[in-house]
Amino acid sequence: MRTEARVLLSLGVFFAIMDAVYWIWSKEDAGGVMIIAGTLLCFLPGLYYFWWSRRMRPRPEDDPHAEPAQGAGVVGTFPGTSIWPFTLGMASFVMVLALVFGVWLLVPGLGLTFWAVVGATGESRRGGQH
Amino acid sequence: MTDVLERPAHAEGHGHEEHGPTGILKWLTTTDHKVIGLSYTVTAVVMMVIGGAFAEIIRAQLSSPNGTLVSLAQYNELFTMHGSVMIYLFAGPFAFGALANIIVPIQIGAPDMAFPRLNALSYWLYLTGSITMLSGFFVAGGAANFGWVAYVPLSSSVATPGSGADLWIGGLLLTGFSAIFTGVNLCATIFYLRAPGMTMFRMPIFTWNLLVTAILILLAFPVLTAGLIMLYADRHFGTHIFSVAGGGVPVLWQNIFWFWGHPEVYILALPFFGMVTEIIAVFSKKPVFGYKGMIFATLTIGALSLGVWAHHMFTTGTVLLPFFSIMSLLIAVPTGIKMFNWVGTMWRGQIWFSTAMLMAIGFLVTFLVGGLTGIYLASPPLDFFTHDTYFVVAHFHSVVMALVLGAMGGLYYWGPKITGYMLNERIGKAQFWFLFVGTQVFTLPMYLLGLRGMPRRMAVYPKHPSWQYLNDWATVGAVLIGISTILFVVNVVYSWKRYPAGDNPWDGHTLEWFTTSPPPHHNFYRLPPIRSERPTWDYNHPEHKALEHGHREPAAEGSAK
Repeated sequence: MRTEARVLLSLGVFFAIMDAVYWIWSKEDAGGVMIIAGTLLCFLPGLYYFWWSRRMRPRPEDDPHAEPAQGAGVVGTFPGTSIWPFTLGMASFVMVLALVFGVWLLVPGLGLTFWAVVGATGESRRGGQH
Repeated sequence: MTDVLERPAHAEGHGHEEHGPTGILKWLTTTDHKVIGLSYTVTAVVMMVIGGAFAEIIRAQLSSPNGTLVSLAQYNELFTMHGSVMIYLFAGPFAFGALANIIVPIQIGAPDMAFPRLNALSYWLYLTGSITMLSGFFVAGGAANFGWVAYVPLSSSVATPGSGADLWIGGLLLTGFSAIFTGVNLCATIFYLRAPGMTMFRMPIFTWNLLVTAILILLAFPVLTAGLIMLYADRHFGTHIFSVAGGGVPVLWQNIFWFWGHPEVYILALPFFGMVTEIIAVFSKKPVFGYKGMIFATLTIGALSLGVWAHHMFTTGTVLLPFFSIMSLLIAVPTGIKMFNWVGTMWRGQIWFSTAMLMAIGFLVTFLVGGLTGIYLASPPLDFFTHDTYFVVAHFHSVVMALVLGAMGGLYYWGPKITGYMLNERIGKAQFWFLFVGTQVFTLPMYLLGLRGMPRRMAVYPKHPSWQYLNDWATVGAVLIGISTILFVVNVVYSWKRYPAGDNPWDGHTLEWFTTSPPPHHNFYRLPPIRSERPTWDYNHPEHKALEHGHREPAAEGSAK
């Protein structure tokens, strides 16, 4: 956890310094704002990992002497198979085509999106098919 | 039911049998990272063939000064779609969608990606985005024709009113979201699903590079998506963000585009750097030379890449030349560290010149040419002279053709793991020589053309003897590259289920060579103890006892020489 935090925070600090130099020197706003956004995007997860790294015991994957058996227990919940990513992908496809071929395509697009979101949420709660 | 995956207390029995739908329904509903990665691989290779076909038509057109193969308008569509297909639909998805999707979870001992359904969604967005972009050829007015960078005002509704341009924007929105989701997935997988003992500084270089790539995706792609929405709004909703007429700033598009576009260069390159690192280490029978230096170099490239975007815009006259020049030149330092480390890895190793290793060495040579000419272009006075000439075209084709060599190396190296079968080495070596020689014959004349002043994106050019024969040579190179692609397809068909690979055909270092080929559902039946950055090697070669990473006993070093 601590290494992850260090990677992100050091990137964020570098971007912050770079942005200060760039913005003061160039007085150009677009780039300055975009690098600030990058800085924040590094600090947000970086600080989260840093906060947790001080409050939790090192995980087996952070322990250089860990044995494979130390990872025993629940790793996570993995869906078997699911049709909803495909449905949501097709919904996005139809909605993007609405940008080109007409707003009416938003009707099936949003309908499919709603169906996919409801279906995927239900699958997460009930557990889906294999 | 969903699988609640538990790692058992004893070492055996991690993976389990796959069950569920078969056939087309399996492909549509899968959330297995290996199947999704394979879909990515096949789609990306098809895109490479399509983009390559566009390139062959372009080179055929340019083989004579007044080529009549395509019209001027068709030529604009062709070079636009060649660049778009190769960058957006082949190189990027192949880099972080195809092999990364399959290999990264296995390399860190994970059962799958962290968000398998999001991973499947990424693929479907990529596929539909590709179809959307390419369908521009079938609408009135033809496909997008403003260059792959879509500079405003060329991409405004006045200059390109057709729906091909809108399809291009739409396709990019889809593939952009696909990339963002993959970035999230890779970060979460690498941070949360590593096997016990797999500390951050024991991850293979490929995985490290993919982590930095994923962070760069998250920093850069949202900017592109936002820019595309602004561009669409300018075209259709009457906003004036980029149009001078309404008080907008056209050069803002260039700033936004390249703020994505330059990190994108490293998003493309870093995964292939990682592949090549793995290949060179395995086929030299040595650990990676300067493991931590390699990681530091990758992180430095990632950090610097956010501050170099305007070196594509030196000639606009609106950017801070010294800042971007210094930052761009600085990137040469970590890239140089990588170059020396690759050579250091090969140094006094027992080199096995397999096809994958040849491709990796071809990558080194070609990337060196592309990288060194990049240093020229980072210098504003030289860039003013060569901007928008074939020198720039040759520079980035050296770079991306090096990535193609790396991609082919990756396919030859990891293909046996993914499919369980080897590719034919003899055809592979023929493919390598066509690809490598073709690349040099193709790019080197273009450098000279650029220095002699030939601008890019011209369908016809004045009859001038010093341009003519160089264009002919470039076309010959393009044909050689085309033959190498055909040889690859021939090899896949010829080797289909012909040469069973076994679990560890190359005596590999990293965890993917510990499991079966192809790996079972959820990847592992058991895991070795992880004590260094190459656990499979440690397990198979207990005589080379790994101490802490980077510090090996002299005996182990000696036997590697």
